[in-house]
Amino acid sequence: MEILMAVVIGILFTCAVYLMLSKSILRIIVGTGLLSHGAHLLILTMGGLKRGAVPLLGEHAKSYVDPLPQALILTAIVISFGVTSYFLVLAYRAYQELGTDNMDLLRGNESNE
Amino acid sequence: MSLLHWAILSPFLLAIIIPILYKSFRRVHTGWFVLVLPLLLFVYFIRKIPEISNGSIIHETLQWIPSLGINFEVIVDGLSLLFALLITGIGSLVVLYSIFYLSKDKEKLHNFYVYLLLFMGAMLGVVLSDNLIVLYMFWEFTSLSSFLLIGYWYHRERSRYGAQKSMLITVFGGLSMLGGIVLLYVMGGTFSIRELIGQADILISHPLFLSAMLLVLLGAFTKSAQFPFHIWLPDAMEAPTPVSAYLHSATMVKAGIYLVARLSPVFAESGTWLWLVGGIGLLTLIWGSFSAVRQTDLKGILAYSTISQLGLIMSLLGVGAAALHYPGLDDNIYIAATIAAVFHLINHATFKGSLFMVVGIVDHETGTRDIRKLGGLMSLMPITFTIALIGTFSMAGLPPFNGFLSKEMFFTGMLSVLSLDIFNLQTWSMLFPVIAWIASVFTFTYSMIIFFKTFTGKLQPEKLDRKPHEAPIGMLIPPIILALLVITFGLFPNILSDTLIKPAASAILGDVLPADYGVHISFWHGFTPELMMTIGVVLLGIILYKTWPKWKPVYNVFPEKLSFNSLYDNSLRLMEKGSFRIAKFFMTGFIRNYLVYAFLFFIISLGITLYWKDALTVSVSNVAPIRFYEVILAIIIALGAISILFVKSRLTSIIILGSVGYTVSLFFVLFRAPDLALTQLVVETISTALFLLCFYHLPKKFRKEERLTFKLTNFMISLGVGIIVTLIALSAHSTKLKESISKFYIDKTYTEAGGENMVNVILVDYRGLDTMFEITVLGIAALGIYAMIKLRLTKKGGKNANENK
Repeated sequence: MEILMAVVIGILFTCAVYLMLSKSILRIIVGTGLLSHGAHLLILTMGGLKRGAVPLLGEHAKSYVDPLPQALILTAIVISFGVTSYFLVLAYRAYQELGTDNMDLLRGNESNE
Repeated sequence: MSLLHWAILSPFLLAIIIPILYKSFRRVHTGWFVLVLPLLLFVYFIRKIPEISNGSIIHETLQWIPSLGINFEVIVDGLSLLFALLITGIGSLVVLYSIFYLSKDKEKLHNFYVYLLLFMGAMLGVVLSDNLIVLYMFWEFTSLSSFLLIGYWYHRERSRYGAQKSMLITVFGGLSMLGGIVLLYVMGGTFSIRELIGQADILISHPLFLSAMLLVLLGAFTKSAQFPFHIWLPDAMEAPTPVSAYLHSATMVKAGIYLVARLSPVFAESGTWLWLVGGIGLLTLIWGSFSAVRQTDLKGILAYSTISQLGLIMSLLGVGAAALHYPGLDDNIYIAATIAAVFHLINHATFKGSLFMVVGIVDHETGTRDIRKLGGLMSLMPITFTIALIGTFSMAGLPPFNGFLSKEMFFTGMLSVLSLDIFNLQTWSMLFPVIAWIASVFTFTYSMIIFFKTFTGKLQPEKLDRKPHEAPIGMLIPPIILALLVITFGLFPNILSDTLIKPAASAILGDVLPADYGVHISFWHGFTPELMMTIGVVLLGIILYKTWPKWKPVYNVFPEKLSFNSLYDNSLRLMEKGSFRIAKFFMTGFIRNYLVYAFLFFIISLGITLYWKDALTVSVSNVAPIRFYEVILAIIIALGAISILFVKSRLTSIIILGSVGYTVSLFFVLFRAPDLALTQLVVETISTALFLLCFYHLPKKFRKEERLTFKLTNFMISLGVGIIVTLIALSAHSTKLKESISKFYIDKTYTEAGGENMVNVILVDYRGLDTMFEITVLGIAALGIYAMIKLRLTKKGGKNANENK
């Protein structure tokens, strides 16, 4: 299963990078969204996908899945959410002020180099 | 702290209070306050002569950074004392001269004297330090203060150019020298020059010896304007004339000479030292004297003349080093070369200092330094004329002045190379006296040009700005004193021999100099080859001077483009242009390019590491079984991610991103992570809503939907990133090193923390700090978003600013 997941994560990374290299801000943010999905899945996969019970002691199971990567991913999800929402509002403000979403046009002109 | 330390630091201390004195006593020329100090120092050093000439050495130490072996160690031996006397003696005369040269109403005198005092203190520090790091510190102080002095009239473009050029070249050499010093420390384990000299015979076989020698020589050659680093000196002539007289003839340019002389006992046992110092010195000598004839500016001639005379001293030091290198030879002839070097050092300081002052007077009284405009000043300025006569004839090497004696000794030294049978190549050693002789002819010629073109011939009053007349007496006193010294040393050279020259030579040569060696400079020494050479110099020099207008076009054969100056200018320009182009090439300003660099670096560095370290392994021993639902989800997520690239509408791509997020949360369900699944669902919903908000506000004119155009490079890069990530994930997973620490959490969550949900207990109990800062991140993001939306400060133009309020 881990091998399959590694391939899926690879595909997520490929698409994310391709989107990040495009011109439109919105696509770049979509790319970062995909990238964080890939990273979260990567943490989970690297923690091992062995069978076991949900990490709740009430289950009284013999073995549980590893709780540590889950805690790490939870933190990562919240942080990437905070950053993504900030980034989105930044893009929204950029549309409002500058009237474009094209990264090439956001480069600035010769006079302020 | 001894009196000697105070002597070195006193100019720095005086420099601090000079601006206060300048502001408080506007009526008095600030130079008078300054004059006291070098005079006192000169007297102080004069009184050391009896002690030093007895062969004793004064040594004082002040702890500075003892843990690094850097201490303010001061040593006075013959060589240091000679330089200290030159610095303070000529320093006093230059300060006196500058009082009359610089106007107290028009010039910023406090700047001038602060820089000059900084320089004086730094120079004393260079010649008196025994610790190489302290020496280097003072060395850079001289570069710095010289830079400030050359750029004294900073509103002139040429001054700034000359200051920058001298700064770049001397600091380049200074840094090389620091490298050499560090290598010496690596080899000998000490920064002390005396201790290094003590282990000279061990150092020579060290593999770093040659590099250390070359680096130190680079420092000495740049400072002393040796070929091809001489180019800064003519441009430094933009400085006020007292500065040129002091720094660029008598003191700073001799710092390199001092360094070579000081370190001769360390390096001279190697034959390379001898040939480098001697060869470069000779090359500088001939090139400087040859170029001097070409100049039309008096200070330009003097600058090239200084270059060539420095080359002369340097070549003598090189030949003198033979005494240390070949102990089997008849040493005395090489010792004579060292003595000639020391003697000419003194002579050059006297006559060149007076000549610079003469040129300053001429400039001051006529308004020009161009020899094409000057002439016939003899009867108008009789005193200046006399001083110039003494200076130029001494420089040309005519009796009865001191230049004659040192020139004879120079020829002796060069002829002694003939008996040096180094490569079994007599023709090579033959070059030394021949080059020396030709250079002397040119020296004679330009000396005559300075003298006769300025003071004889017809006066051209229409070309001069003011009516020439004799200078004030105060301006004449310093050059008169120097000219008197020229004559005194010329007629009675032996007053110097035991007091200054022998102690200095014994400091350079160390044990090689026999204790009973008597320095005796005789004015008349019979019909020797040297005398014949001098007669030849005079005859050919007169012919060259007479026919000067006819052969002058020779200089035009060399195109200006091939000169070292244009080489320097062009390389500086090329470096600036080149670095600008390089920066322009990769700093495009497009985010995409920077991302490409980052991703390429990621792919290449990680790919190479994987390949070289043989880290690529895939093992299936530790994998979980593949199940049907997970395969379905994997296919959905992969298809979703890929389809984002192909959809035309942005709205669709946002919705597909949301579906990918939900699939991820389904994965979390399947992989037994309920908290993650919950969070992921909520977060994905909110993010999608935000995306839709953003999409809704897209400017109308850019809203035309475009399919993502396919670009092969982008595709290759992103594929590379994906493959690398997959490979690393596989390899990392296949090499399990240690067991997880999770067993601890599973065992202790209830017993220690009183909770059953392990993930939550980890988040708020075991690793609660992470959670606290993650809350902080959210808080910052919320505040930042609020601020972004509310604050409108940077609007340009009043209209828009008002609209948004």
